[in-house]
Amino acid sequence: MCGSRDLGRAPENSGRSRIVTATKPMSSQNVSEKPTGPLDVGRIREDFPILGRRVYGKPLVYLDNAATSQKPRQVIEALVRYYEQHNANIHRAIHCLGEEATAAYEEARAKVARFINAPSPECIVFTRNTTEAINLVAHTWGRANVGPQADILLTQMEHHSNLIPWQRLAAEKGASLRYIGLTNEQTLELDGLDELMHDRTRILAVTHASNAVGTINPIGRLVKEAHRNGTTVLVDGAQSAPHMPVDVQAMDCDFFAFSAHKMLGPTGVGVLYARRELLDEMEPFLAGGEMIKRVTLEGATWNDVPWKFEAGTPNIADVIAFGVAIDYLTGLGMENVRAHEMEITDYAMRRLRQMEEVFIYGPPDVADRGGVVSFNYPDLHPHDIGTILDREGVAIRAGHHCTQPLMRILGVSGTARASFYVYNTLEEVDVLVEALGKARAFFSNDTP
Amino acid sequence: MTRPNEDEYARQEAEIDELYREVILDHYRHPRNRASIESPTVSRQGYNPLCGDEIVVDLLVNGGVVEDVAVRGGGCSISQSSASMMSEAIVGRTVDEVESLFGGFTAMMRGSDDVDLDLLGDLEALMGVRKFPVRVKCATLAWHTLREALQELTGGKA
Repeated sequence: MCGSRDLGRAPENSGRSRIVTATKPMSSQNVSEKPTGPLDVGRIREDFPILGRRVYGKPLVYLDNAATSQKPRQVIEALVRYYEQHNANIHRAIHCLGEEATAAYEEARAKVARFINAPSPECIVFTRNTTEAINLVAHTWGRANVGPQADILLTQMEHHSNLIPWQRLAAEKGASLRYIGLTNEQTLELDGLDELMHDRTRILAVTHASNAVGTINPIGRLVKEAHRNGTTVLVDGAQSAPHMPVDVQAMDCDFFAFSAHKMLGPTGVGVLYARRELLDEMEPFLAGGEMIKRVTLEGATWNDVPWKFEAGTPNIADVIAFGVAIDYLTGLGMENVRAHEMEITDYAMRRLRQMEEVFIYGPPDVADRGGVVSFNYPDLHPHDIGTILDREGVAIRAGHHCTQPLMRILGVSGTARASFYVYNTLEEVDVLVEALGKARAFFSNDTP
Repeated sequence: MTRPNEDEYARQEAEIDELYREVILDHYRHPRNRASIESPTVSRQGYNPLCGDEIVVDLLVNGGVVEDVAVRGGGCSISQSSASMMSEAIVGRTVDEVESLFGGFTAMMRGSDDVDLDLLGDLEALMGVRKFPVRVKCATLAWHTLREALQELTGGKA
């Protein structure tokens, strides 16, 4: 037997074992008698090298986690370890390194399956990102199942990645696009759902949690109603899988897509979960090496699921490191991650509400929203806010968040958005609020 | 970790002040020529996909001279003030003069040292934007929209 089989695992004495999930006082310096939280954030922060740096001379306050998360040392080290010790191409190598790399890559697939409670690793296809996962479904399942008379049902809050692939499919097939509208609090307007969903509705593609305004959608109810109608459901989980427990079997969705880089993993890895029978009947997406079984000059037969959908050399190193990111999150406990984000979001919303002019989008109750707080001042452009905050070391997102139709409905060109993760603290929210005060003062008419 | 450095802080503050110079904030708070022209010679819409800013430039051109200009739209202080300053800078100028202003302004935004600041006049106030690369597109949105309008007018020869 050849060497180490645990290259996808964090070494002893790091990460998982050091993370304390039990309730205990936070050890952050500025916190003396703060209430206890579900995560030991002080210790978590020690795992993230980037959180020690300064930006324009100020400590980095990273609140752009809905765009991408920072990476713990364990994930960074897994990348280095792979390239220094195990680098080889997978699945065909007749040598030790190839065996190790293959085992680690497939172990990561099994970790992903367990993380979202997929029935088996064969239901997990690795892609480049959520966008590619959704495109895969639109190109393969979509082309085979959506015809000229069909409806594609989306919502008005979708990220462009869950909008444009369907617009293209509809244009190609002559199918119709229909949209679930929004309430004044940017939740889905489900009252008229019966009329929107009918026997020609082939697919409902809906985000689990909005990246732009934070709304968590009632996926269970939507899937139930869709399936009763014979409609297939794709869930965009890019903003849910990183932040809350996800169980695709309980959810009963047909497709579920998400990205590694938003959940402590490297960039360049996405996941498509699909029900096994769907993957079996779907045509391949990209063609080439790895996705075939037998090739002649005349044609080819396809490899088994899921490799049928992974043409070419995949992103081996990043997939393996993603497995370590999942270990890290599992060590924290996704229930605790969710509880921590609710606490921070609740605090941020209370602090922002105290600022007279700030308008916060999305549902008022943190139970109905993820760790995203999107807001605006009546006469202050989000980009101007973003620039001033940046110079205070505070990284937020300002703009349309790849949801231009939603912004149009809100009647704005963009919003300012703070989004939280496992390493953020209440004190960082205070820094945000103080910096917002500076931005407000800077642009007010009374200052020179 | 680097220690806080007072000089560094001062430099940051100076850069922010340079970005948002008083003349810029004044144009932002009190935009000039912010209206529409009833029968413009040409009207053009510009869009910045990065931030979603939109701008419309109406031109009244007579005998090769820009007789009137109106700009409207929504956006950040930089894009709005730049549009306002542009509108002041081009009224009464020939199309050729406007073209040189466009060349000078965009060269300044690209960081070129070879820029005739006398030609640019007040527009020079926007030079601080260069230190904020993501904001350069905000400052140039109105100018690119203007140029497209002129190109439409002259059949692409402007």
